[in-house]
Amino acid sequence: MSDTNWTMIIRPKRGWLDLRLSELWQSKELIRQFVWRDFVSVYKQTILGPLWYIVQALLTSVTMTVIFGNIAKLSTDGLPQFLFYLSGTAIWSYFSACLTKTATTFKDNATLFGKVYFPRLSVPVSILISSLISFAIQFGLFIGFLIYFKLVGASIHPNTWILFTPALILMMAGLGLGFGIIVSSLTTRYRDLQYLVTFGVQLMMFLTPIVYPLSTAKGKFRLLLIANPMTSIVECFRYAFLGAGTININYLLYSLGFMFVVLVIGILIFNRVEATFMDTV
Amino acid sequence: MSTTVISVENVSKYYRLGLIGGRTLHDDFERWLAKVRGKPDPLLKIGQEDHGNRKGEYIWALREVRFDVHQGEVLGVIGRNGAGKSTLLKILSRVTAPTSGQVKVKGRVASLLEVGTGFHPELTGRENIYLNGAILGMKSNEINRKLDEIVDFAEIDKFIDTPVKRYSSGMYVRLAFSIAAHLEPEILIVDEVLAVGDVSFQKKSAKKMRDVSTAGRTVVFVSHNLLLIRAMCTTCLLLEKGRLITKGDPNSVVQEYLSTQYTTSLFRRIEEGDHAYGVGKVRVNTVAIVDEKGEVIKDIKYHQPIQVQISLDVISHVPAGKFSLCIMTMEDARIIMTHSIDNDDDYHELVPGRYVVNIQIFNGLKPGDYKLEFGGHYLPSTISLCHIPDALHFRISEDGLTPGDRAAFCNRNSLVDGNCKWELQFLT
Repeated sequence: MSDTNWTMIIRPKRGWLDLRLSELWQSKELIRQFVWRDFVSVYKQTILGPLWYIVQALLTSVTMTVIFGNIAKLSTDGLPQFLFYLSGTAIWSYFSACLTKTATTFKDNATLFGKVYFPRLSVPVSILISSLISFAIQFGLFIGFLIYFKLVGASIHPNTWILFTPALILMMAGLGLGFGIIVSSLTTRYRDLQYLVTFGVQLMMFLTPIVYPLSTAKGKFRLLLIANPMTSIVECFRYAFLGAGTININYLLYSLGFMFVVLVIGILIFNRVEATFMDTV
Repeated sequence: MSTTVISVENVSKYYRLGLIGGRTLHDDFERWLAKVRGKPDPLLKIGQEDHGNRKGEYIWALREVRFDVHQGEVLGVIGRNGAGKSTLLKILSRVTAPTSGQVKVKGRVASLLEVGTGFHPELTGRENIYLNGAILGMKSNEINRKLDEIVDFAEIDKFIDTPVKRYSSGMYVRLAFSIAAHLEPEILIVDEVLAVGDVSFQKKSAKKMRDVSTAGRTVVFVSHNLLLIRAMCTTCLLLEKGRLITKGDPNSVVQEYLSTQYTTSLFRRIEEGDHAYGVGKVRVNTVAIVDEKGEVIKDIKYHQPIQVQISLDVISHVPAGKFSLCIMTMEDARIIMTHSIDNDDDYHELVPGRYVVNIQIFNGLKPGDYKLEFGGHYLPSTISLCHIPDALHFRISEDGLTPGDRAAFCNRNSLVDGNCKWELQFLT
C-alpha cells in the first residue's frame, strides 16, 4: 500500500469550512439510537407515559384561556380562545424544546464526548427529531380539537397553506438548532449563558404572538415582533389551520433567511469548539 | 515489512493552566473593560504577573512525539501519571485535537477508553448494546449479527431485557467490555479497562484482546499493569513528561521505566513528628533496608531477603523492653509481624545511648508496594516506648521472576508466595 493511502489525518486546527457534514450523514444509525434513548428514557417508570405531552398542552392552554382570554380579555382574531392558545402552545413548545435541549449539548455529554469520537452534531440533530415526537402528539391533540370545533360550527377555516406546515416545522427546527448550538458552544467557555437561555426563551415567548395575535400589535412594538423570526412562522401556522392571522410572504422569507444565517453561524462555531472543547469545558 | 497503520508525526499538545473552569462572561467583560481603559487585569491575584494574553502559563502534555505503528502490532504505552499517555490516546481517538503535528491513520479506529460511558441506565441491556454499539461506530446489521455473541460473552443472557440500572456493577462492566470487544475495527484503542470483572472474566478479556491482534488488527493500549504489558504487547512505548523516551521490546522498556521510577533509596530519616506518641523513652533516627554489606539498597528483587536496619536512641533507662516490626500492604493489611523477643524469651534491658537494630526477614512477598511499621513496648503492662506507623515504603520489583511465576501472579489474588512443596500420591 502506498503512503498516500491514509483514511484519516488528524490535524491541529480545522479550517472554518471543514465541516464534515458527510460524517453526520453516515451516522444516521447513531442518531436513530439517540432519538430512541431520549424518547424511552423520559417516560420509563411513568404512569401516563407519552400522555404527559397531552396533559402539558391541555393544562397550559386552559390556563392561558382563563388568564389571557377571560381575565385579560386579549383578542384572538375572533378564533375560539382554547384552539388559539392550543395552537400557540404546541408550536412554541417544539421550538422551545429544540432550543433549550440543544443548548446543553456539550455540558450534558461532556463525559461521553471526552471518551469517544463520533460526529458531535448528531446529538443536537437527534434532539430535534426526538422533540418532533412530542410535537406530533400535541399536534394530533390540536387537530382533534380542530375537528371538534369545526363540527360544532366554530368559525375556523383551514386552507391550502396547511401544505406549508412541514416547511414551517423545518424552519423552527433550524432556528432552534442554530440558536441552541451557538449557546451550547459558548457555554463551554461562559457558564452564565445556560441560565440566560431558560428565562430568555420564556421572555421570547411574549415577544412572539403566542398569547395574542400579531394584528393587535401596533407601531414600534409591531416592528419588534416582526423582527422576531418566530412571529411569521406562528402566524402562518395559525392562518393555515384556523384561517385567521397575518400572512406575509416577505415576513416568511425573512424568517427563512434568518434561519439560514443562524444555522450557518451555529454550525461554524460548533465545529470550531468541537475540536478542542474537552480542554476548556 | 508490514504496513504502517498509524503514523504519529511530531505531535505536541499543550494545556493552558489556570484558565480552565471558573470563567464567566462577567469576568471576561471586566478584563476586557480594564484592557480598553489601559488598566491592569482586575481579577489577577496580587503578586501574579500580568501576561497580557497570558502566554507562558501552559504545560506541554505531549512534546514532539513521533512514532509509527504497524499492522497487527499490540503497542503498550507506559509512563508515570501525567506523562501524557491519556492525552496521546485522546488525540488518536480524535477526542481532542493536537496543538501541532499530525497523525495519519489507515483504517477504522474504535476507542475503548472507559467502560460504560454512553450507557443509559433506563434502557435495557439489549437497547444499550445497540446504543453503545452505534456510539462506538457499529452498524445495526453488524450488531444484529453479533448480539448473541456479545450477550454470551458478557454472561448476562437472563438479564438482557432488564434496564441496566438494575445490573450489578460487575454485570454492567462485563456488558460494556463485551460490546467493545466485539467491535471489529482495524485499530483498537484501549485505556486501562482490562481489570474488570472477576478473575475468570479478566482472563477471558485478555484472551479476547490477544485474538484481536492475531486477527491482524492493531491495538494501542495504556496500562499501569506492567505484567499485562509484558504479557500482551509486541512493542512498548515509554512516555515521560510528554516526551517519547523509548520504544521497543516490552521487557526492556518496562525495565527502563522501573529504573527511572525508583531512584530514591530505601532509607529514611525519622523526624520527631513521625513518632505516633511523641518522643518518650526511645527516639528512632533512621530506617533503612540494606544488603549484606550494610549498604542501603535501591530496590528489592523478588525472593531477595530483606534486611531492615534501624538506628535509635534510648533516652532513659528501660528495665524490660521489646521492639516489633510489621510489614503491611499499602491498604494496611498486616502480612508479617515480628518481635525482638521472638527468639529468646527475655525482654531486653535498655541503657541510655545509641542502638542499631538489624532485622532479617525471609522474603516471600509478591512484587508490589509495601510499607513498614516499627514500634516498641516495655514492661510492666506493655506501655509503648515508641511507635512509627509509616516508617518506610518499599517495592518488591519483578526482577528475578520466571515467566511461570509471572503467569501465576497475574491470576492469583494472594499476598505471599508460600514457597510450598506439593506432592500428589495415587493411593488405590
